[in-house]
Amino acid sequence: MIKHQKPEAFYDTFERKGPGQKTTHYCPGCGHGTVHKLIGEALSDFDIADKAVFLAPVGCGVFIYYYFNSASIQCAHGRAPATGTAIKRVHDDSIVISYQGDGDLGGIGASEIVHAANRGENLTVIFINNAIYGMTGGQMAPTTLLGQKTKTTPFGRDKDIDGMPLRISELLNTMEAPVFIERTTLGTPKGVMNTRKAIRKAIQNQKDKKGFSFVEILAPCPINWKMTPVDARKWLRENLEKFYEVKNFRDKDGEKQSGKYPWMENAELLELLDIVKEKDKQTTRKTIKNGEEKVKIAGFGGQGIMSVGVLLSNCAIKKGMESTWLPSYGPEMRGGTANASVVIAEEQIGTPVVDYPDTLITMTIPALNTFEKNVNPGGLIIVNSSLINRKVQRDDVNVYYVPATELANKVGLTATAAVIMLGIYAQIKGIIDTDILKLILPQSLSKAKYVEINLKAIDAAEEYYKNNPL
Amino acid sequence: MAKRNFVKIEPDECKGCKVCVHACPKECLHIGSDINKIGYQYAKFEDKGCTACGLCFYVCPELGAITVYKNEEEEKEK
Repeated sequence: MIKHQKPEAFYDTFERKGPGQKTTHYCPGCGHGTVHKLIGEALSDFDIADKAVFLAPVGCGVFIYYYFNSASIQCAHGRAPATGTAIKRVHDDSIVISYQGDGDLGGIGASEIVHAANRGENLTVIFINNAIYGMTGGQMAPTTLLGQKTKTTPFGRDKDIDGMPLRISELLNTMEAPVFIERTTLGTPKGVMNTRKAIRKAIQNQKDKKGFSFVEILAPCPINWKMTPVDARKWLRENLEKFYEVKNFRDKDGEKQSGKYPWMENAELLELLDIVKEKDKQTTRKTIKNGEEKVKIAGFGGQGIMSVGVLLSNCAIKKGMESTWLPSYGPEMRGGTANASVVIAEEQIGTPVVDYPDTLITMTIPALNTFEKNVNPGGLIIVNSSLINRKVQRDDVNVYYVPATELANKVGLTATAAVIMLGIYAQIKGIIDTDILKLILPQSLSKAKYVEINLKAIDAAEEYYKNNPL
Repeated sequence: MAKRNFVKIEPDECKGCKVCVHACPKECLHIGSDINKIGYQYAKFEDKGCTACGLCFYVCPELGAITVYKNEEEEKEK
């Protein structure tokens, strides 16, 4: 009988560049392959390869997705624990395995791993510590030993210049939440077998919903250490294992995690997000000239520029159209120049950027000065004539002057001027209408007490346009 | 047909790192002089009392290079 063979969790052939569709991309004698095999065996034995989600790091291990017949995500450098947290919270039953190296986890991602461990996220983290940056060509890693020569420490790592090597397992062991922390080694066959045990335990813990499990594996990098694979293992035993104590730091049997994330059914979620069903889209869709309408709403911060932009976008989406909203503003909360770009389209939108608007809604003189020249010929400029005391100089565009601020004051709230401008826009263009505005507006306001007065402003705009059509 | 334990090595998946050679407690493995498709001299098995312990399988960095048989008929070895 076959006692040991390539675990089923792996693909039969590896569809990757380069020679050898059956071999890994790793250098001869690399530690990664061994660890892959141990993980793969565990996934096969526990029959969870279908549920596994690998978090591919930045480093040699990035190509983990070529080998495992499981889901995987290539995470931003060091951010695997954060990505894993998100996956785990959405897919409670998935088995998320973060596979990271010393640069990814101990260097750029030190913050992510610390906080994920501190939250006790129900993840399995496999940390490959080979004391060097492998993929980039052998530079110093946070875990490089004192005196160890690398590309960036040609005279050996010096603690006064480069700091001390970082003991990640010890660091994480200072925290309350993790349930399992162990450091193992690939230096000896026995060490490999202990690594196997630790990996299985760490995956089993996640399966049992116990919490954060961490396995640090001291692994050889023969190429960058400039040794043969066999010598590399010897060096590992004689040096790495001396500084990084190989032991189990913690194995809390721990109670199951009881924290259950608030869960929402799909139907409920769609309703809450107000997502129009596909079949409704067709009936409500309004034909837009050229298929796309680009709107620029510009003025001072605090005038409600951004809010009406969102409102316009939401109205269009509710109508079954595609829409984007892109804000642009200075650091000031009030008073700086601000503009919002809104694109409404019948089909998918290519870019949310609006350089040449079809419609310009201006609230102030600086806004008009900046954007007047960019409006497409035949386009529309709506001017708040209460605040803009000059006329539009172009003669190839339609212009509509509305004393919006004055009207807003009459309604009783100056800040509704932008809503009045939008109401006028709705009247002229007809892409959205008063009814839809009134439907969406209450959702756009953070304070319920202003809903009524804003609804009044929409009526005022409609009234004004009826008396002064374009 | 006699049954015994043995290790089968896929010649074209071995990178000749010798880690298995040093891991085998019975010294059943050695690096041969043949060169495989990807350019390495690969490991070969010679039965010197294989117990099918699987150490070579676990230490080997290649995912599918080694298969360990226990109590298997000899003819499958070749």
